[in-house]
Amino acid sequence: MSATRTISVTVNGKAYEREVEVRVTLADFLRQELGLTGTHLGCEHGVCGACTIQLNGRSARSCLTLAVQADGQEIKTVEGVAPSADELHPLQEALSEHHGLQCGFCTPGILLTLLEFLDDNPDPSEADIRLAISGNLCRCTGYQGIVDAALAAAERLRGGAAK
Amino acid sequence: MKPPPFEYHDPTTIPEAISLLGSYENARLLAGGQSLMPMLNMRYVFPDHLIDLNKVGGLDYINTDADGVEIGGMTRQRDIEFSDELAEHCPLLSEAIRHVGHIQTRNRGTMGGSLAHLDPAAEIPMVCAAMDARIRAQGPNGERTIPIAEFALGFMTTALAPDEMLVSVSLPGWASGHGAGFQEFGRRHGDFAIASAAALIEVGGDGKIARASLTISGVGPVPVRIEEAEEGLVGEAGSDGVFDTAAEACGELEALDDIHAPASYRQHLAKVLAKRALAQAWERAAS
Repeated sequence: MSATRTISVTVNGKAYEREVEVRVTLADFLRQELGLTGTHLGCEHGVCGACTIQLNGRSARSCLTLAVQADGQEIKTVEGVAPSADELHPLQEALSEHHGLQCGFCTPGILLTLLEFLDDNPDPSEADIRLAISGNLCRCTGYQGIVDAALAAAERLRGGAAK
Repeated sequence: MKPPPFEYHDPTTIPEAISLLGSYENARLLAGGQSLMPMLNMRYVFPDHLIDLNKVGGLDYINTDADGVEIGGMTRQRDIEFSDELAEHCPLLSEAIRHVGHIQTRNRGTMGGSLAHLDPAAEIPMVCAAMDARIRAQGPNGERTIPIAEFALGFMTTALAPDEMLVSVSLPGWASGHGAGFQEFGRRHGDFAIASAAALIEVGGDGKIARASLTISGVGPVPVRIEEAEEGLVGEAGSDGVFDTAAEACGELEALDDIHAPASYRQHLAKVLAKRALAQAWERAAS
C-alpha cells in the first residue's frame, strides 16, 4: 500500500529528481538513493545527532524527516561543507588540528550543527558551544577537542588570527 | 529501521486537513515529527494514514495582544526561542523552550505537536499548565476552546477527539514585570526532565505577592498546579520560610517510578525545585 511520490530536492547546490517510497526517511534517501553516505545513521530515533543535515539552512535530524517532506527544499550535507575538492572549510581544518575527531562517525553531524550555530553566534563561549552540541553524541573525543576546534574556528571565521 | 507502510497526505489548508482526518480510520497528524517519527521508526505506532501538517498555511504565528499571546500549532520551537515578543511578555516560555530537546529538534519541533503528544516530562505542557493555557481545536463540527486543565487528561492522553486537530494555544498574559522561575533536573541537558518546576509571581504595590502560580512536571502523569501553595503565597513577602512552606505541598504528589528515578526521589526533587523556582520568580519580579 505504501505509495511512491516523485520529489525534487536540491542537495549541496545540485538538483535531483527521484521517485521515493513515502515512508523513506530523508537519511535513507540521501544515503541509498543519492549515494551521499557522509550522513551517518546511529540511533535512527533522533537521539545521537549523527544524521544531522541542514534543511533550508537549519540543522535537522534527517532520520526524523521523511524524504517526501524535503520536496522542493534545499539540503546541505557534509559533502557540501568544503569549498572545493582540495580545500577544507575552516571548521573542518580546526577539527583536524584540535583532534576534534577520532573515528569520525559523529563528525558530519557535528559539522552541520556547528556551522548553523556559528552563523547565529559568531563569538560563542565554551559553555555556549557545549550546549550547542548537546544533541550530538561523540564516544571518542570526550568533546574537549570538538569544543577547542569550535572556538578556534569561530575566531578564524570572525577574521581573527588563526591559532 | 523504517516506518511501517502508510498512505501519505499533505494538505495545504486547515479544512482540508480536518476533512482528511475525519474521513480515515487510524490516521495520525504529523507536525514537527520529533516524537511521532521516532515512534514510527521504532514501529511503536502503525497509522494507515499520515497527514502531514507542514504545508498547511496559517498555523505558524506568534500574536501578542493585551490579553496575552496566541501561538499557532505549527510554530517551531526555535522561533519561540528567538522571539523577542515572547521574551518580554512570556519569559517562562522563553526560558523553558531552551530545555526542549536540542537545536536540531527545536528547528523542526512545534508548539502544538509537543502539547498534543503530552509527554509527562515535556516543558511545553508544563508552561501551558502554569499559565492556564487555552487550546483551540478544530474538528468536523467546528471549533472549541479547551482549558489546559481539561485538555491534559492523563499519561500522554489529551481531550482531543480522534477527528480534532490542535490549531493554536493561547497563554493569558501576566502583568508586566511579573517574575518567572524555571528549574529542571535531568541527567543531561536536553534529556527529558526527571522533575521540573515552574513558578510565576506578581508583586503588588504593597511589596507582597499578589498572584502566584506553581507547577510541577515530570513527577506525575501530567503537569500539576499546586493550588494549596499558590493560595498560601498570596499576601506574603517572599522569604526562605514562605517558600519552604509552599514547597512542602509538593512533596506528597503522586509520583512516577521508573528506570530513571524512584518515586521518592521525584517527590524530593519536586520540593527542592519548587522552592528554587519560587525564589527565582520572586527575585525576578519587579515590586
